[in-house]
Amino acid sequence: MKYLKTLMASALAVVVSAPVALADWQPRKPVEFIIMAGTGGGADQIARLLQGLIEQKGLSSRPFIPINKPGGSGAEALRYMQDKAGDDHTVMMTLNSFYTTPIIQEDLGVDVTQFTPIGLMAMDTFLLWVHTDRDDITDLDSYVDAVKGAGLDWKVGGTGSGQEDSVLTAMMEAAFDYEVTYIPFPGGGTVAKNLIGKQIDSTVNNPSEQLAFYEAGDSKPLVQFTGERMAAFPDVPTAKELGVNIEYYMQRSVNGPPGMSAEAVEFYTNLFQTLFDSAEWQEFCVSDGLTCDGMLNGADLANFHASQVEAHKKLIAQVGAGAITGE
Amino acid sequence: MLDIATLLGAGLLQAFEPLNLMMIFIGCLAGLFIGAMPGLGSVNGVAILLPVTFLVPPTAAIIFLAALYYGAMYGGAVSSITLGIPGASTAVATVFDGRPMAQQGKADQALTAAAVASFIGGTISVILFTLFAPPLAVFALKFGPQEEFALMVLAFATFIGLGGDDIPKTIFSILLGLVMAAVGFDIISGQPRLIFFDFVELQRGIGFLVLAIGIYGIGEMLWTLENSRGKVRIHAVSTTWKSFKKNLSHIREYLPTTALGSALGFFVGTLPAAGATPASLMSYGLAKTFAKDPDSFGKGNVSGVAAPEAANNAASTGSMLPMITLGIPGSPTTAILLGGMIIWGLRPGPLLFTDRPDFVWGLIGSMYVANFVTVALNLALIPLFVRVLAMPFTILTPIIFILCFVGVFATTDRMFDVWLMLILGLGGYLMRKLNYPVAPAVLAIVLGPLAEQSLRQSLISSRGDVMTFFERPISLTCMLLALALMIYPIWLGIRRRRAGAARGPE
Amino acid sequence: MSTRSAELLMAAGLLLLSLGLMWTVLADELHIGWVEGRGPGAGVWPFWLSAGMALASLWTLVRWFRGATPESRNKAPYIDGQSLGLVLISFVALTVMLVLVHIVGTYIATALFLGFYMRFIGKHSWRTTVNTCIGMVLLIYFLFEWQLTKYLPKGATMFEDGFLWIDNFRWQYLM
Repeated sequence: MKYLKTLMASALAVVVSAPVALADWQPRKPVEFIIMAGTGGGADQIARLLQGLIEQKGLSSRPFIPINKPGGSGAEALRYMQDKAGDDHTVMMTLNSFYTTPIIQEDLGVDVTQFTPIGLMAMDTFLLWVHTDRDDITDLDSYVDAVKGAGLDWKVGGTGSGQEDSVLTAMMEAAFDYEVTYIPFPGGGTVAKNLIGKQIDSTVNNPSEQLAFYEAGDSKPLVQFTGERMAAFPDVPTAKELGVNIEYYMQRSVNGPPGMSAEAVEFYTNLFQTLFDSAEWQEFCVSDGLTCDGMLNGADLANFHASQVEAHKKLIAQVGAGAITGE
Repeated sequence: MLDIATLLGAGLLQAFEPLNLMMIFIGCLAGLFIGAMPGLGSVNGVAILLPVTFLVPPTAAIIFLAALYYGAMYGGAVSSITLGIPGASTAVATVFDGRPMAQQGKADQALTAAAVASFIGGTISVILFTLFAPPLAVFALKFGPQEEFALMVLAFATFIGLGGDDIPKTIFSILLGLVMAAVGFDIISGQPRLIFFDFVELQRGIGFLVLAIGIYGIGEMLWTLENSRGKVRIHAVSTTWKSFKKNLSHIREYLPTTALGSALGFFVGTLPAAGATPASLMSYGLAKTFAKDPDSFGKGNVSGVAAPEAANNAASTGSMLPMITLGIPGSPTTAILLGGMIIWGLRPGPLLFTDRPDFVWGLIGSMYVANFVTVALNLALIPLFVRVLAMPFTILTPIIFILCFVGVFATTDRMFDVWLMLILGLGGYLMRKLNYPVAPAVLAIVLGPLAEQSLRQSLISSRGDVMTFFERPISLTCMLLALALMIYPIWLGIRRRRAGAARGPE
Repeated sequence: MSTRSAELLMAAGLLLLSLGLMWTVLADELHIGWVEGRGPGAGVWPFWLSAGMALASLWTLVRWFRGATPESRNKAPYIDGQSLGLVLISFVALTVMLVLVHIVGTYIATALFLGFYMRFIGKHSWRTTVNTCIGMVLLIYFLFEWQLTKYLPKGATMFEDGFLWIDNFRWQYLM
C-alpha cells in the first residue's frame, strides 16, 4: 500500500506544477466545473480539454473538477446553479439547452439571464448530412425532392426531442413543407454512426461528430446553417445562399451562478481569456469546425444570452413545442 | 497476414519502450485499486485521470488509460468477491458466486479464478481484435436499434434462470427494475417521467450504481448482521504458495466456460451501445444454463466467477473496436477515452488505422502486455485482498458503510443519491427477507433503458410495424436464439421429470 | 411482527406502490397507448410494467391466503429478536452519520460513526478505535480528495473553513 501511494503520488505530483498567480482573487477550494450534459458529448469534451489546459498551464491555484449533471436536458444543472447563487467556486459549461430547457420546463424556476456570464468560448455549427451512397442527392433541391418522395419513410436521426437538432429539424420541416420521422438517439456520435450504417437517412450533426466519416468518404454535407461558409467546408453552400432563411448555432459558453462576486468574475474571465487565446484552444477550434473569432464576456455576453433567449422563445412558439417533443 | 504480424511486432516493441511500460504498470496498479473500491469503476478512474495524460505523448496516454481500464476490470472482481459489493455494473454477475465462495472460506480460489479468467478473456479478445478488427467494424455498423433490442431480449433470455423459486416475486423484481429504469427524462418524447415529489434530481434517473450499492452494500450488510447475530465470521484464508498452486490447478474446471465467455464477451463488446455489462450477464447465464450442475450456481460455483469475469474483460477490449474504427463508444468508459483521443488531436474513425498506425498498433501491443502485468499484479496482491476478510465485523461493517457513502458520492457528486442509496438498501433488505430476489431488479435497471429506447426507436423507424424485428437477419437470429434459450430450461425440466418418473419413486 | 404478517404487509404495500406508479404516469399525462405510426408512447413502458407489478403483487396476495409461500406459513418473528437491536442501531447510526455529513462534513461524521461503532458496539480499546478512525479519515482524504480530486461534502461554512485551513497545507507544502 505504501508503495502504491508513493507511486501514485509521484505520478500525480508531476501533473500539478506550482501555481502561477494571475489575479488578486484566487479560488481557495477546488472549483466545480459543472457540465450540463453527459460524459463523452461535445460539451463534456470541451470542458475536460479546458480543465486539462488549466492544470497544464497552472492557471489556477486550485484544480477545476468537471462534474456532469445531465439530468433532464440540463434542468438538473440549471437548478443546481440557481441554488448555488452567490457561490464563487462553481462555473458551468453550457450549450443551447441553457436557453431551451427553461422555456420548455416552465416550472423549473430558473432565469438564465440572472446567471453570471463569464466567457463565450466557441460557436458550434450544424450541417445537413446524408450518406455518400445517396447518388440521387447532390444538393438541397434534390434532397427536398427525395424527402418529399419518401414522406414519413424518411428517417432523420437526432439527439432527442427538445435538443438543438430537433429544433433545427422542425425549422426545416416548416421551411420546406414536408414531414419526416424523427428518431432520437443518445448522443451525436451514435446518430453519426447510424447514418453511416444506413439506419437513418439524414441528420443535422455538428462537424466534429461527422468529420471522421466525411474524411473517409462515407458521408457528405449538403448545406451549412451558418451566416458564411466555414473554412473547413468551402464548397458547401449556406442555407441563406440558397434562399432559405435558417441560421442556427450552438453556443458553448462558461457561466457562473447568479450573484458571483466581482473579483471572482474578473479572475474567471481572465482565466478563460487566457485559455481562449492559447494555441491549443485555437487549434482545437480549427480541427473541430468550431467558430472562435473572439471571446465575448461581461455585458456583451449578457446581451448575447438575452437575445438568444428571446430568439429561442420565438422559435419554440413558431414551430410549436409539440413539433419538438413529437407527441 | 504478414502485414498484421509486422505491425503487431512494431506495436509490441513500442509497448516495451520504458515510458510506455511504466505507463502500463502504473495504470494497471491504479486501476486495480480504483476498481476494488466499491462504487468506483473504470469510468471514474479514466475520467479523473484523463488530465494526467496531457503531459505525455498520445500513445503513452492512451496506453495509460487503457491499462487503467483493464486494471479496473480486474479490480471490480475484488470488491465483488471480498465485500460482496459490485464496484461497477460489469461486476454484478461476479457477486452471485464470488460472494458465497468468500463466505465458504474460498476467497483466494475465487480471486485466482477471476484473475485467470480475466487474463484468458483479455488475451483471447485482443487476439481476435488483432485479426478481425476491420471486418468487425463493418458488422457493427449493421447494428441498428432493431438489432439492439433483439440483443436485449437475448440478454434477458440468458438470465431467465437467475431468479428465485418464487415466480410472482421474481417477476415483480424484474418489473420493478425496469420501471425504475424509466425514471427521469425520456429522450424520445423529451418529457420527464415518474418524478416523485418534484425532485429535480430525479430527472437524471436512478443510477444503476445507487441501486446496486444500496442493495449489495447497505442491504447485504444489514442482512449479514441479522443472520450472524453480530458474530460475523467470514473464514480467513491462509495464502501460501501451496494453496496458490492448488487454486491454479482448478483451471480445468472452468476453462470451457471461460473460453465461451471470452468469445461472447468480445463479440458483444464490439457492438456499439452494448458493452461489458450485458456481456458478463449473458456469459453467466449461458454458463449456468449449459452446466451439468446448474443448481450449484449462486452457491459458490467457480465457473460462476470465471464466466462473467472472462466476458467483461473480453468486452472491455472489444469496446475499443467501435471507438477506434467508428468513433462510437461501446461503453461509458470508452466514451471518455474517445474524448481524450480528440483532445490529443487524434480523430477516431475509419481512417485512424491507416493514418496513425503507430498509435493503433501501439495500443494493441500494450493490451497484450497489460494483460500479463495485470494478472501478475493481481495474483501477487491476493494475499493482501483476503486479509480484509480477517477483520472483525465491528470494524469491517462501519468501514463498508462509509465506503458505500463515499463511493456513491464520488461517482454522482450529490448527497441526493446517497440518501436514495440508503432508502433503496433498506427496501431491498426488507424485501429480500421475504424471499424477493434482488438480482433481477439490479440487472433490469442496467438493461432497461437500452431495451426501452431501442424498442421505441425501432418502432418509430418502422412506423409502428412490429414485424421489423423479424425481417432483418441479425435481429431475427437473436430473437430465435432467445426463444431457444427460453424453451431449453423448460424442455430440460420436462425431460428430467420424465426420466425421474420412469425410474420410479426412490 | 411475524413473517406471516410481514409477507401480507409487504405484498399489500407493493401493490399500493404499483398502483401509485400507474397513477403518477397518468397524472403526468403521458401517452400510455400506441401512437399510430410511432409505436408506444412515453407512458407505455412505466404504466404497463407497473400494471404487471400490481398483478404480481396480487398473485403473491392470493398465494398468501392459500398459504402457498413458505413465508405465509412462517410464524417466526420477521426480524430475529436477538439481532433486531443490532440491525436497528446500525441503521440508525448510519442515518445519523449521513445527517451529520450535511452539518459537520464528511470527515468528522465518518470519524464519529466509526468511533461509535467500534467503541460501543465492538468494545474495542480506545487506542484501536482512535487509530482506526484517524487511519480511515486519512485514507479517504488521500484517495478521494487528493488523488481522485473529489470535493467531498464539508458541511456548514464554519466546518468548511476549518477544513480549508488544514487543506491549505497540502497546496502550500506538498505540491
